[in-house]
Amino acid sequence: MKLIFKKSVPGRGTTIFDPLSQAVQPLPDSLMRGDPPALPEVSELEVIRHFTGLSRRNFGVDSHFYPLGSCTMKYNPRIDELTASLPGFTGLHPHWATIPAARALCQGALAVIWELERFLAEIGGMKAGCLQPMAGAHGELAGVLMIAAYHRTRGNHGKKVMLVPDSAHGTNPASAAMAGFSVRTVPSAPNGEIDFDAFRAALDETVAGVMLTCPNTHGLFERQVAEIARLAHEQDALLYYDGANLNAILGKVRPGDLGFDVMHFNLHKTFSTPHGMGGPGSGAVAVGERLEAFLPGPRIIRGENGDFDLMTPEHSIGAIAPFFGSFLVGLRAWTYIRAHGRDGLPKVAEAAVLNANYVLARLKDHFHAPFGDRCMHECVLNATRQVAAGQVKALDIAKALLDRGFHAPTVYFPLTVPECLMIEPTETESRETLDAFCEAMIEIARLAEADPEALKQAPTSMPVGRLDEVKAARELNCSC
Amino acid sequence: MNWIPLTDADKERMLRVIGAGSVEELFSAIPEDLKHGQLNLPEGLDEPAVRGLAETYARGNRTDLISFVGGGYYDHYIPAAVDALTARGEFLTAYTPYQPECAQGTLQAIYEFQSAICRLTDMEVANASLYDGGTAVFEAVTMACRATGRNRVVLDHSLNPRWREMVHTHAANLSLNLNDGRDPQDAACVVVQNPAFRGTLWDYSALAEACHAAGALLVAVFNPISLAVVKTPGSMGADIAVGEGQPLGIPLGFGGPYLGLMASRKAFIRKMPGRIAGMTVDHDGRRGFVLTLQAREQHIRREKANSNICSNQALCALRALIYLSLAGPVGLRNVAERCRAGAEWLKKRISHVAPCVNDGPTFNEFTVRLPRNAEDVVADLIPRGYVAGIPLSLVGAGASDELLVAVTEKRTLDELEQFAAALEEACA
Repeated sequence: MKLIFKKSVPGRGTTIFDPLSQAVQPLPDSLMRGDPPALPEVSELEVIRHFTGLSRRNFGVDSHFYPLGSCTMKYNPRIDELTASLPGFTGLHPHWATIPAARALCQGALAVIWELERFLAEIGGMKAGCLQPMAGAHGELAGVLMIAAYHRTRGNHGKKVMLVPDSAHGTNPASAAMAGFSVRTVPSAPNGEIDFDAFRAALDETVAGVMLTCPNTHGLFERQVAEIARLAHEQDALLYYDGANLNAILGKVRPGDLGFDVMHFNLHKTFSTPHGMGGPGSGAVAVGERLEAFLPGPRIIRGENGDFDLMTPEHSIGAIAPFFGSFLVGLRAWTYIRAHGRDGLPKVAEAAVLNANYVLARLKDHFHAPFGDRCMHECVLNATRQVAAGQVKALDIAKALLDRGFHAPTVYFPLTVPECLMIEPTETESRETLDAFCEAMIEIARLAEADPEALKQAPTSMPVGRLDEVKAARELNCSC
Repeated sequence: MNWIPLTDADKERMLRVIGAGSVEELFSAIPEDLKHGQLNLPEGLDEPAVRGLAETYARGNRTDLISFVGGGYYDHYIPAAVDALTARGEFLTAYTPYQPECAQGTLQAIYEFQSAICRLTDMEVANASLYDGGTAVFEAVTMACRATGRNRVVLDHSLNPRWREMVHTHAANLSLNLNDGRDPQDAACVVVQNPAFRGTLWDYSALAEACHAAGALLVAVFNPISLAVVKTPGSMGADIAVGEGQPLGIPLGFGGPYLGLMASRKAFIRKMPGRIAGMTVDHDGRRGFVLTLQAREQHIRREKANSNICSNQALCALRALIYLSLAGPVGLRNVAERCRAGAEWLKKRISHVAPCVNDGPTFNEFTVRLPRNAEDVVADLIPRGYVAGIPLSLVGAGASDELLVAVTEKRTLDELEQFAAALEEACA
């Protein structure tokens, strides 16, 4: 498709915005722009056609099964979109809450945040929540900054190390580094769980915290987690829960009850706010007693008269968002939690885990399953069998799936599993869809034996074939 | 209610295939004594009930007032086509373009967005966006440190105080030396904002030259709507330009989601955080787009990455791109001129009771000195249907009698006149 800039015709354009009716004194030359910005000059219909055309070159959950592991690509209910588009919320200026006299004008929105933060704290088994962080990685940063502030306040000056398993998302070590910690990597054991002896060896008095994903990115619940928490706390190290995989245990077990001190929620995963091609998300955090005084501020509190007000915690790390975080994302999550209620949320986890185990059971004879025949909300397979037989790689399998009308699983992650295929079906997919996907995977496995060359050409039905990434990086054409 | 399609018959059949006796058996890795009973949450609601509840909460907010509140976030008109297009499921429910062949729509949109931001700012390269204006300033600061190998960072008083606070929060444990002022000596960068937070437009070209002479970078914070008429970061010598993209078709939404804009000189692209889309070809020579320079990023570099950022605000960036495409150079200028004209008209109309104290021209926002405490004036005007502006003492950017007043193209002359009359009375 042509770039929108190539569709531009001088003198065309929309008339959405009328020109000024009365002249205004021009700005002094020294402050004024020279040539106008070379933005597209296109009709409204051309804009509609262009972006409708672009949308049709995308796979989304609405159009395709999207089993991207660790991303929880579940259906995004349209009622959440509706509540997040109510003018009483969308038109609200956040600075009104800054102005005491205007705080009365936004009580409904403050109530939503206050409730959502309490809901999240309850789901996490934590003391208090905060919607401020604007994405999962941002929540991690908020969490490790709180851990750092906690140790600073206690005079624990030697605590400079964050323990992170090798199966963790790359954001974990990156966030720890951004909070000034050095990262000590803990290996996984052959069974896919954290290597407990290595953990014990790595845990010393310099350790400030431990970042865990549970279930981990191998799709396994860390059975030693309570013991890990106990040992960490003995060293006054705090435990961070990466909520990327919370969908697996939603309402079944709470991170706070496992001993975690701080966690983030990916509202765009577990609570089904749309992924939007990569954002906006929300990385709301919740903390246990140890860290409540360190939460980002200001926080929303409810006074005795029922009015909502603002308060900054005693040792707050400060504002990590301009206001209260991605409010309209939070509003969608609030809608989702309100719809499911206390009995609905555990059913989410049950169906998600059932679906993933079903996929594992159907595929484990066709692809290597490195961690046995049970998993939580996602299953990890790999293509080592196909690679060893000189057939195809995980990448070829991923591309072949696109031709069969399925988004690919996450591939080559976690880094601990060679040729990894990480499949997360989520609870909103039907058995028929899972069967169709599994049959496509089995057909691909057979084709890998019979005609591997055919798979190496995939995809052939997309707008483009495999793209030259080396050329993209070398020639670096990032704008026009 | 829920969105789970599995029937009881499905579950039985699936459990048989798995070889498990019950769904609960699949959770046997979790120690029994740690499992939780019923959550202390409200009961679930069906769709009409949850909609009704949300509408009740929405009615707890007052969006019928005429607002002159800005401070980096403005009540601009959003064309209908922006909402219509971004609601398409293929945009809304897609994720990061990990498989570029089935995400060419996303990737081309990001490439076009990057191009539009470059054209708007007169900068050479732009990324696919960051979370918001505040985190964009922080990321620009650490990017400047990587580019210069220095760790002294100078924040000018023109910077939005909220974004200044966010820089301090984010940098709390990095060995950065954060200073206020404009002195570029030994600095990685000086961060300036135009229009300044209090509204004044200024020319920072000379400061940019001084920065370069001292081996420092100039980080310029911009308002994207202003750039239709106001001198650009690129033409004033900025090395990195960042801004809050909310004015470009993104609702105020009580604080987000918003859009962090970041552009820079090409020389610094490898120091840039966040996703970048690039053009390439497939094996048949067909043009396509991919995420590029990924070796900068956390999923490859882990603790050595340029930033921990993993996502971008792709849907908000798409809104901005559609907004800029609908407006075009002429429409964007019309919006900008109408903002400025409204602000100029109001500034003059209220000057006898609330004189403007900016020491230069302004764009869409200006600071006035009131004869009374600004918070009291704002409070008095709320029952009359106006939120008059931001009392600057509340955000640490002025005296208790100073008010920051923003005007957008949505404000009619009638509204401005009636507001002016009400302000006159409140000041009397």
